[in-house]
Amino acid sequence: MEEPPDCTRALRELYEFLDGELTIDRRNRLKTHLDGCSHCFSAFDFEAELREVVKSRLSAEVPESLRLRVHRALLVEGYQPPPGSFGLGTGRLGRPLL
Amino acid sequence: MGQLYAAAVRMTRNASDAEDLVQETYLRAYRGFGGFETGTNLKAWMYRILTNTYINSYRAKKRRLEETDLDEVEDLYLYRRLGGLEAAAAGRSAEDELLDHFTEAEVVDAVEALPEQFRLAVLLADVEGFAYKEIAEILDVPIGTVMSRLHRGRKALQKQLWDFAVARGLASEAATPSTQDATAR
Repeated sequence: MEEPPDCTRALRELYEFLDGELTIDRRNRLKTHLDGCSHCFSAFDFEAELREVVKSRLSAEVPESLRLRVHRALLVEGYQPPPGSFGLGTGRLGRPLL
Repeated sequence: MGQLYAAAVRMTRNASDAEDLVQETYLRAYRGFGGFETGTNLKAWMYRILTNTYINSYRAKKRRLEETDLDEVEDLYLYRRLGGLEAAAAGRSAEDELLDHFTEAEVVDAVEALPEQFRLAVLLADVEGFAYKEIAEILDVPIGTVMSRLHRGRKALQKQLWDFAVARGLASEAATPSTQDATAR
C-alpha cells in the first residue's frame, strides 16, 4: 500500500518540525495534517518522546568544587567579581556567566 | 555553568576531563571577552569555545562507526522496527513503553558510538537545544552540513538503540519495517 503524499511530506518534515525550524506556514499546515492523521501523529509523538528520553539520560550535575576552581582561576586572571556576588556575576549583556 | 558542564561530560565522557574542559573554556572566554561583540549569541559563543577546545585538546581517538556505515539506515529506524506505523494503524501503541526501558548507560553508549561530527551535532541539537543556525556557528560549518549530520546522526543513534533493545530481549529482531510505508524507499 502506498503512503498518502501528505503523510510522506509530513514524515519528511518531522525533524525540522521537532527542531522548531519550519516556517510558520509549513508548521501550521503540518499541524493541521497531524490533527487529522493518527498514523503520522503517532510517529511524531514517538520521536518527540525518544528525544526526551535521550536528553533525560544525559544530564550531569556540576560539582561544587568545579565552580570554586573556575572562580579561583578567573581571579588569577585578574577578574574582579561584583560586590556581593559569587562567580562571574553578569556579563556585558547582563546575563549570568557562571 | 550547569549546561556547559553537562555538555562537557557528554563530549569528553569523563568527569575529570570535563572539569578541565569547562575551566579552560571559562578562561578562554574571559580572555577573549574583549573580542565579544554585543549582539552575538553569548550561549552559542561559549559552546563554540567549549567545542573548539574539546576538538583541539580532548578528542578521543576511539574507534567509532564509520560514516559510511550510516548510509544503510532508513528514516524513523527505531519506530518502524517497533511496528510503529502498522501498530498505530491497528490501534496498538506499545512502542512508547520501550523507550522507558533504555538505561542511562545504553543511551550514553549509543551516543558515544556515533562518528565524532555527528555526535557533536546531535548533542548540540537534541540535548542542548540549539537551533541549526547556532550549531552552524558553533561548529563553523554551513547550515546544510548541520542538517545532514543531524539527519544521519539521529538515524545511527536509533540503530544503536535498536541493537541494544534486541540484545536485551526487549524487542525481537524478527520485527520488520512496516510494508505500508513508502518514505524509506
